[in-house]
Amino acid sequence: MDAISFVQEQVSKKKEFPKFRAGDTVVVDYIITEGEKSRIQQFRGDVIQIKGEGSTKTFTVRKISNSIGVERIFPMSSPSIDNVTIVKNGKVRRSRLFYLRDRVGKKARIKERRV
Amino acid sequence: MNGIIGKKVGMTSIFDDAGRNVACTVIEAGPCVVTQVKTDDTDQYNALQLAYGEKKEKSSSRQLVGHFKAAGVGPKTDVIEFRDMNLAKALGDTVTVDEVFVEGDLCAAVGTSKGKGFQGVVKRHNFKGVNDATHGQHNRQRAPGSIGAASYPARVFKGMRMAGRDGGGRVTVKNLRVLRVFPERNLILVKGAVPGPKGGTVILHK
Repeated sequence: MDAISFVQEQVSKKKEFPKFRAGDTVVVDYIITEGEKSRIQQFRGDVIQIKGEGSTKTFTVRKISNSIGVERIFPMSSPSIDNVTIVKNGKVRRSRLFYLRDRVGKKARIKERRV
Repeated sequence: MNGIIGKKVGMTSIFDDAGRNVACTVIEAGPCVVTQVKTDDTDQYNALQLAYGEKKEKSSSRQLVGHFKAAGVGPKTDVIEFRDMNLAKALGDTVTVDEVFVEGDLCAAVGTSKGKGFQGVVKRHNFKGVNDATHGQHNRQRAPGSIGAASYPARVFKGMRMAGRDGGGRVTVKNLRVLRVFPERNLILVKGAVPGPKGGTVILHK
């Protein structure tokens, strides 16, 4: 094993999420710390990109909030992610769905994939 | 000054205890061989000379081969002297990274920065350039501007910052926090960036 992945394996705390792909609709439970208190906020949207390797792997979730597109990048190994649940599997033909940014309304839908 | 010689492996990022994503550099440090022990009696000061990195005997001078032979090792690529190292080491002993650094230490990293070639003043000396494409400006956006007065002094002062070769020099970055030490693989993880390319020699000292 090369040195970088060795270090990443030693340092990062493993967390198991269900395996999702680009196009899937997910709910990310994100821990938000406000002063002393911490609470969980949910972010629901489509996964439009998964990139990186090892402990620097990230995924991008896009949702439409009050008709404004909002994208959020989550590091896979972030301790702030409590859980990820898959709501819907999407049927897409590419791994990076940036074309969704130019679409609104019905055109921005992703077909469902039967599993 | 305790230190060790190593090789930059690359960068990654980890999450610290506060949950912040911290950029850090992985360095393969040591094991180094003590190739000379200098003491007050012999050299009027105390120091340990450490060597790191294998190289072929045919690409080393006879003198160096003999010097390394005295320590019982083959030729090495990097030889650095660390003054007043407080490790009791004899000639031929090895120094490992966990003997020099523990987690939480502050260290300095010395390396040769990546060469940038011939660069203009904006990149090389952080000049601002003209910042204006209009108001009569034409192809002067990254120009240095005036480099001095006219008939007096009638010359350009020495040390005037101009375009030229950039990078490729010895750079020291101080106060890098040691995040983790992995003695089983001779690896050390420091917070922040370290000068030089991957595979470049890095001197770490306190």
